[in-house]
This record gives sequence, structure tokens and C-alpha cells, in this order.
Amino acid sequence: MIQNLAQSLPGINGTLIHIEHLTKVYQLGEVDVHALRGVSVNVSKGEFVAIMGASGSGKSTFMNILGCLDKPTKGSYILEGIDVGKLSRDELAMIRNKKIGFVFQGFNLLSRTSALENVELPLFYGPASNKTRKEKAMAALERVGLGDRIHHYPNQLSGGQQQRVAIARSLVNDPSIILADEPTGNLDSRTSVEVMGIFQELNNNGITIILVTHEPDIAEFAKRHIVFRDGKIRADKVNSRPKIASEVIKDLPLIDDEEEAA
Amino acid sequence: MKILNIIISAFRALQRNKMRSFLTMLGIIIGVAAVIAMLAIGQGAEYSVKEQIAALGTNVLMVFPGAQQQAGVRSGAGSATTLTEDDAVAISRECSAVQYISPGAMAGGQVIAGNLNWSTSIQGVGTDYLEIRQWPIEYGDFFTDQDVKAAAKVCILGKTVADNLFPDASPVDQTIRIRSVPFKVAGVLKKKGQNAMGQDQDDVILAPYTTVIRRLSHWPNLRYILVSATSLKDIATAQTQISELLRMRHKIQPYDVDDFTIRNQTDLAATATATTQVLTILLASIASVSLLVGGIGIMNIMLVSVTERTREIGIRMSIGARARDILTQFLIEALVLSLLGGITGIILGVVGSNLISSIAKWPTIITAFSIILSFGFSIAIGIFFGFYPARKAAMLNPIDALRYE
Repeated sequence: MIQNLAQSLPGINGTLIHIEHLTKVYQLGEVDVHALRGVSVNVSKGEFVAIMGASGSGKSTFMNILGCLDKPTKGSYILEGIDVGKLSRDELAMIRNKKIGFVFQGFNLLSRTSALENVELPLFYGPASNKTRKEKAMAALERVGLGDRIHHYPNQLSGGQQQRVAIARSLVNDPSIILADEPTGNLDSRTSVEVMGIFQELNNNGITIILVTHEPDIAEFAKRHIVFRDGKIRADKVNSRPKIASEVIKDLPLIDDEEEAA
Repeated sequence: MKILNIIISAFRALQRNKMRSFLTMLGIIIGVAAVIAMLAIGQGAEYSVKEQIAALGTNVLMVFPGAQQQAGVRSGAGSATTLTEDDAVAISRECSAVQYISPGAMAGGQVIAGNLNWSTSIQGVGTDYLEIRQWPIEYGDFFTDQDVKAAAKVCILGKTVADNLFPDASPVDQTIRIRSVPFKVAGVLKKKGQNAMGQDQDDVILAPYTTVIRRLSHWPNLRYILVSATSLKDIATAQTQISELLRMRHKIQPYDVDDFTIRNQTDLAATATATTQVLTILLASIASVSLLVGGIGIMNIMLVSVTERTREIGIRMSIGARARDILTQFLIEALVLSLLGGITGIILGVVGSNLISSIAKWPTIITAFSIILSFGFSIAIGIFFGFYPARKAAMLNPIDALRYE
């Protein structure tokens, strides 16, 4: 890993992700499916990127590769100076553990496991002691405003609260990036804005966030839009005036209690 | 992930499906309990056989008339006068490796004492009999050489006979009638219990062999001669000496087979021990089949569990679990199942064995070996049958696992 440091640029100009000519080909029987056809992009530290595109545009594949869940067929992906394409399965698992925090559409919390234990989970796969693990998990839950619900089980929490537990889990190991895959897909509009508010707050505190969404409304909260179509980046532009969640929410009518939103 | 944390989370995972975990464990519980109980019964039998043979005296030889194991032309067993009182006298006089000798005669019959009666066997023996059998007298005296010579009507009662004929009083110096012949009771033997075949050894009356031959059985020959060698290592010598002496006395040609059989208690002990060992192995192997079935149950449930928890596996992988973390997690779950089952089974097996021995009066012995064996077996089963499902879980693709519905 260290030999790749020379290639990396973080610290100098803050580049976190350096992707060049990334292609991904799936073989489905006889047919080759080109999910990504040469994607090059850089993401710097502290950015809030929304990745958009229709289904089949390649954004999910891109997300999987970004999240080190999948490896590219060709091209290079350098994350904080580490050439991820060259890593073994176990090394990828370590990268996911240390550098990446996932937030999913379906929350993906362990059922019948308390909020606190769900948040602690990434730390189980690291060297943290029982005490620091608990402290870190508590801190992460407080950061997303769930300090009073730590012993609740996912089925006792609303959708928005569950997603906040998931965000706390993604935060707990101080990752380089948070990857959020349709994080508001299962939430109503008010809760969606609240969740985006949390992301914005985290981003304001310097955390890099990459958000996959097909909802333009949600993408408006991000500072940069990357649009995928047919396995290629079709547009990559700065959103000069992102919506501010804390302001948007004031204009939203109060329909329901958050508790019932789930 | 630290091993303790994995064990804790394995317990939690099993707690979530209490009924299922219990039923899965039940296979192992029954298997281990069966192995423990069967080994306990087998080893108990082995021990009691050994003990009873040791009680007979291991340096004992028995000489029987007739070539009992040979086919071919011969006069039937016991029909020839193959063992006589003179043979016994000759053995005691000429065989240097022989320490004690007791000619044996037998009779059966109804025994009457006062208004009580009892049917038992009457053993005609020599004065050395108790030395050979290592059987002490509880009270009273044994008969003397003088009694043997005179064919005196004295007898010694076994404990069972004494209890049945004289429930309240001491039988010593009382008179009993064996087949209408009056005998004076000289003493009572100490309780000896059952022999290897389950017979009550105390249901016996001992009398001088001369008396039994002349007054009861009216059969002139000896049924057997009981001999003890001077020491354990002299058994073979004694056997050879007796054999040579009897062949000479019976004028058996070198090419002819013996008209007597000498049986050695050591051989008998070895045979009996081997038999019970085979029994133990047989019982234990039948029981271990159920252990195997229990193991397959664990594999089955672990496979179901892996499929059910595919999404959980995906989540764990996405947040940084390596393949080996997932493998360890599921392997430990299987191990916890089999170990809990194993420990419960051991407890159940021990309790069950004690129940068997107290209810059915079978001797049972639980050795450390059988507990260690069962414990080891359940660990091995957990690892063996847990490995495939655990590997299946560890080899899942994180993306597919996350998408699994």
C-alpha cells in the first residue's frame, strides 16, 4: 500500500479519489455487459457529490467499485493513495472497514440488535477495545441526534431514525468517505430532508460524502452533480447554490409525527 | 473481531431462535448421553466381570473330566471314570507347582431345617476350597481333613441358604436334612454376591466331597478338581504338570487326545474381558451413530441459518468483515451448539447411567475417558459439520449478499 503513496495527491491538493479510465464488464453467459465504459473522475476531500442517472446507467456499478465491494475490469481507482484495484479480498475488507462508511436505501441494520450494537459493529472488525468501541458508538449516535435511543431495536425506530442509526454506523470508524446509496429512497419527503440535513451537517464538518440518487430534489442538496448514462459520465458540474436542508424543512408543512413516518 | 465477542454474538444469534437451537442441540445431547451411558454400562459390565474373576482367584486351574471340546470317537463326557479321588491325591502329591487342591463333587436337592425348606446345590469340596476361592467364613468353622476322611455329615451354608433356612437364629450346630440325610451345620460363609454370569454364589451348601459322593450323589467320580498354582506365573507349569500326570495315570497314548480338560482362570478372565470389551465397543458405536445424526442436524440448521442471514452477512462484509471473520462467526455458532449439546449430553448421560444402575441394578462406570471422548467428539462434530456452512457464508459475494431478499 505504501508504494502507492507517491501516486497519490491528498494533502497536496486534497484529492481523495482518483479514478482513471475505469471499465467494468460483466459476463452474463455468452454476452458481455459493459456496465462502465471508461470513467475518469477526481473527488477531493470535503466534497458532497451526488451521482445521478437512470437505472442501468452504471451508477450502481460505479458505487460498488467506489465502495470496494467490487473490482474494476480495467482502469485504476486510487483511494487516499491506495491502488484499490490491486488489493486482495481481505485488504478490500479492511479498506471498507477503515475508510468507507456505507448508508443504504434499505438501512441494512441488523434486526434484533440494538442501535448501539449496530453502530458498534464496524469496530468489532478492528482493534478497538470494548470501552473505546462503546464510547465511539455513543458519540456517533449523539452526532445524529439519537443519543436517547441507543437501546432501541430497529423495529422500534421510525424509518428516519433507522437511517440515522445507519449514518452513525457509517461514521463510527471516522471514514474518508461516506457512500450513501439512495439513502432517502424509503423515506417520506420530510424525513428525507432531515436525513439530507444530517449529511450536510457532516459535510460542513469536513466529511466527504458521495450520494447516489435518481431524485433531482435530493441531488439539489449536494455541491456537485455527476450524471451517468450508458456507463459513462455525461455531465459533471458544480451545484453553485445547493439547497440548505435546515431552511427547506422550515417551509415544509408538518404532516405527521416522525414516529408515524415509518 | 475478538474471539470472546464472537462467542457472545454466537450465543445471541442462537438465542434468537431458542426452539430451533434447542432442537438442533437435542441431536447432540441424545447422541452424547447415549455414548456416555453405553460406555458406562459396557465398562461397568467389564469391571464386574473382571472383579468376579479376580474373586475366583486368578491363579486357579480347573480340571474337568472328558474331552469336552473334541469331536470323534470317545466315551461321552463324564461317563468314563476320568477323574477320580486318587487323581486328586496324586496331583497334590506330585505336582510341585500346585499349592492347593480341592476335589469337586456336586449334588442338588431339597434342604430342610425345622419347618423351613430350600432347594439349592450342594458342593462337595476339599478343605483347601476356601483358600482357593479366597472365601472367608463369617462365623463357625470349616470342616477338617478328619471330616473328609470320615465322610462326616457336616456342612457349611452359603449366606443365602443360611438366611432362608435360619432367618432368626444362628445355624451353627443346628441340624439340617439334605435329601433326608441329616447334616450338622459347622459354619456360614461370608456373602460373596453374584458371579460373572449373574448367579447367586451364596446359594450353596459346602460339604466334604467324600460325604457328597458317598451319601448324596452316589456318583463315584469327581465332577472337577479345583487347583491353585503356587503363584500366578506358575500357572503354566502347574497346567503342564497336571496334564502330564493325568495322561500317565489314565494311560493315554501320545497320539490320543486328553480325556480331561484343564481350564485356566486367566484365560477365562481374558475371554470374558474381551467379550465385554466387544460389547462396550458395539454399544458405543451404535450410540455414536446418533451423534453423527446430531451432527448432520447441526449442518442442516447452519445451512438454513446462512441462507436466512445472507443479508446480515452482506452487511457485515460491507462494513469490513473479512471472509475469515464470517467463517469464524458461523463456525463458532456451530461449535457453541455442539458444545452446549455435548455438555448437556454429558450431564444427562451421567445422570442416566446412575439411574440405570440404581433402577436396573446394573453396574455402571463413568470414566474420565468416556467424558473426554464425548466432549472431543462433540467439538469434532461442531467443526466438521459447521465448516461447510461457514465456508459457504464466507465465500458469499458482498454485493449479492447485500441485495439478497
